[in-house]
Amino acid sequence: MEEPLPQRGPILKAAIGIGLYAMAFGASFGAIAVGSGLTVAQTMVLSLVMFTGASQFAFVGVAAAGGSPFAAVSASLLLGVRNAFYGVPLSQILHPRGVAKLWTAHFVIDETTAMAVGQATPRAQRYAFWATGLILFSLWQLGSLSGALIGRAVNPNDVGLDAAAPAVFLALLWPFLGRREARWVALGSAVVALALVPVAPPGIPVVAAAGVALVGGLRPSRQG
Amino acid sequence: MSPLWMALLIAAVGSYLLKLAGVSLPESILNHPKVQRVAELLPIAMLSALVAVELFDGGGRYRVDWRTLAGVAAGVIALLLRRGFLAVFVVAISVTALLRLIT
Repeated sequence: MEEPLPQRGPILKAAIGIGLYAMAFGASFGAIAVGSGLTVAQTMVLSLVMFTGASQFAFVGVAAAGGSPFAAVSASLLLGVRNAFYGVPLSQILHPRGVAKLWTAHFVIDETTAMAVGQATPRAQRYAFWATGLILFSLWQLGSLSGALIGRAVNPNDVGLDAAAPAVFLALLWPFLGRREARWVALGSAVVALALVPVAPPGIPVVAAAGVALVGGLRPSRQG
Repeated sequence: MSPLWMALLIAAVGSYLLKLAGVSLPESILNHPKVQRVAELLPIAMLSALVAVELFDGGGRYRVDWRTLAGVAAGVIALLLRRGFLAVFVVAISVTALLRLIT
């Protein structure tokens, strides 16, 4: 028998806190998705299979604005690229082998990565990853479903839900804006996207803003 | 299958494949500094563009609903007061709903 993990209590408590937050976030996603014209089934496929909040919101946002399927797919995938990079630290923590990679990968998101890398010992890291992943996944689905059902019952604009998507994106963006470079990229992207609004097909202005990240990331850095 | 369903499934499976690539690809590819910098900046660019478009795009032309704008501005105040995501969300939709009710 393995000894009980000493940090188990605090990790579980933090994971439940993150899960409850995700449930509220999921409920707003469900309501916005249905308010934008998705069915409850489509909303749930996004939550169950895509399972990465910002990409889900982006897909709904672009598709609802009349964007082409191509633009909606691109916007959500471009936002999902960061999850691939979380695989680097997480592979070293979890060492998934063979088919275990298939289900481990599904839980690689912002919150599980942050929780896992924040622990001191490898065992605590693995426990934090799985506890956060499983709790968050369950509550995210519950939240999405309740939100979708509520969203079907009310007129989204009457309850101000059209302000929800930009407010949510801004809240997600906010923590990044402490860095000067991030502020320039954010400003540049907003300008590029808005400049393209009258000339490009719907959805393309958002996708084109990825170019700003590309320029910002590839330009030679001053520190060398 | 409708184009929306098709796009939705491609995006959902594609997002999963990105996660799978992360735990499967050799580390040397993802650990390249320039690649990492672009990856760090991508969500910032996309989120910022989404905020701008959600607020000012009225289907290929500029249009602002000042009630939505006021709601999001109230959300910004909540962010400045270091409120969590939930408070920002509730403040933004309540202000917009209230303004829509009284105007």
